[in-house]
Amino acid sequence: MAGTISPYKTNRRSAPAGSGSAGRGAGGRERSGLGQKVRRNLSAHGFLFGALVCFGFFTWYPMVREVVMSFQKTKRGRTTWVGFDNLRRIFDDPDFWHAWRNTFLFTLLALVLGFALPFFVAVLLNELRHAKAYLRILVYLPVMMPPVAAVLLFKYFYNPDYGLFNDILRTLHLPTSAWLNSPDTAMVSVVIAATWMNMGGATLIYLAALQGIPGELYEAADLDGAGLLRKLWHVTIPQTRLILSLLLLLQIVATMQVFVEPFLLTGGNGPQNSTMTVVYLVYEYAFDLGGNNYGVASALGLVMLVVLAGFSALYSRLSRNSDND
Amino acid sequence: MRTIVPQTQLNRPLGKAVYWTVLTVVVVVFTLVFIGPLYWLVTGGLKSTQEVIQSPPTLFPSEIHWGTYATAWRELKIGRLLFNTVYYAFGALAFQLVFDVAAAYSLSKLRPVLGNVILGMMLATLMIPSAVLIVPQYLTVLDLPLLHLNLISTPWAIWLPTVANAFNIFLLKRFFDSIPQDLLAAAAIDGASPLRTLRSIVLPMSKPILGVVSIFAVVNVWKDFLWPMLVQPNPADQTLNIGIRSLATGVPQNVIIAALAIASAPTILFFLVFQRSIMSGLTSGGLKG
Repeated sequence: MAGTISPYKTNRRSAPAGSGSAGRGAGGRERSGLGQKVRRNLSAHGFLFGALVCFGFFTWYPMVREVVMSFQKTKRGRTTWVGFDNLRRIFDDPDFWHAWRNTFLFTLLALVLGFALPFFVAVLLNELRHAKAYLRILVYLPVMMPPVAAVLLFKYFYNPDYGLFNDILRTLHLPTSAWLNSPDTAMVSVVIAATWMNMGGATLIYLAALQGIPGELYEAADLDGAGLLRKLWHVTIPQTRLILSLLLLLQIVATMQVFVEPFLLTGGNGPQNSTMTVVYLVYEYAFDLGGNNYGVASALGLVMLVVLAGFSALYSRLSRNSDND
Repeated sequence: MRTIVPQTQLNRPLGKAVYWTVLTVVVVVFTLVFIGPLYWLVTGGLKSTQEVIQSPPTLFPSEIHWGTYATAWRELKIGRLLFNTVYYAFGALAFQLVFDVAAAYSLSKLRPVLGNVILGMMLATLMIPSAVLIVPQYLTVLDLPLLHLNLISTPWAIWLPTVANAFNIFLLKRFFDSIPQDLLAAAAIDGASPLRTLRSIVLPMSKPILGVVSIFAVVNVWKDFLWPMLVQPNPADQTLNIGIRSLATGVPQNVIIAALAIASAPTILFFLVFQRSIMSGLTSGGLKG
């Protein structure tokens, strides 16, 4: 019954229900009465009850409902099946393609900055013998700020007239930028702010990975006369490859769900829809336009799920490999 | 520990010079990049309205206006927002600790029928991007199935969904798995009930993992944005993130900046106090989070 279906291995043999578990510990009481088994299971399920109810209401049921709603339309409290109309509607919406293009652009830029920069910083910090704790705390500080504070702070810095960034550019006699106010630079500005806010987490994870590299490898490379870059390329990167690829995939999945940063910085869509992302579009369909197009929003969510499922599948394969190592 | 740059190279005069230069540059740049904005935030709240939008900006406020912080506290109702956020965060923490610990204990030690199937179904939810479920979750909270309760504008809408956290349960279960079964068997022989065993044996041994789970529970609620915005439409019930944003229109800029400084202070102080456990929690559990 139990145990045979699940992919998760335990050391419990596929015995009939309940004969393992607590009874096994209690000194080889092989045969316990049916009543006792039922009681033991009741108390075990009692402990699970609260979490099960929450999962049921807030995760499992919404998962099913998401799929069902994608094919429905609700108007004035009446729900009707509309087949693929919702999907057709989002594919016909020019904003759909816009949002995907922006989301991919954000992901690409966020990876160049948000993926490469933390790795560089981690390698740098790992080389330093002093002030390590101080620098680690610094990098993680912005992660602890409420997003509204970090984002509005950047909004002031980005102000074209009196913002700090243009002040700095003017002092250096460099051309100033319109930052969030121009469709050309709005997305880059959002990515810079997002990177500042979030890079601490990735940096610390890389740092932990770097500290796990055995020193003998560097020693051997030194004996072979390898320079800095060769050691980085032939020792550091291969040794952290697994964590790098896992974080890369995690970041792709996370950055494709970006919402808060563009929503707070540019009100969501930005100049000429240049920062409108897919999650923002879901939000707009469902909550913003007053239409309460829950069906259309669900269909869009489903499309996003399919796109991200590819990345997630890859992630779970990689993480299974990492567990075997 | 050996790294890319070997110690011998650092002991040479040239190596030493390069190392100290790099170190100084890194410390200065990092301080500017990560503390600079915070400094700007705190001092910006002390400047006058004109001085805050002056270009080029002043490094020190020419005249210190403590009153701005008082105004921000009053006008943006920061006290109320702060109280709400703390209330939601620690309520969520309490629910997660009670329900997730109980569930992980059951799955790890009591091993109920279908336990592995349930664990599998919980872990499967880690693969679903949270943004995908936001619409059906919102509708569920609007009208809870079977019970037909509307949780919008109640703290339950924030507390209960945080319990459905497969990652917490997974972390806790993995930790509980490492507690020897013999200890529990001994307790059972002494006649301890499962609840008693959990309280007097498992929980005292699990302090580190409980700390990690707690910190992330609090920080997650503190940082959440879209969900509290949807389920707490009433201004008096909102969190710092939502409240400051919606009240910020039409308020002088130095007042908003002061408000942001006040809003950032609790989590930053919290981090500085607990940074050791936060850092270790991150590197032990952060990878899959």
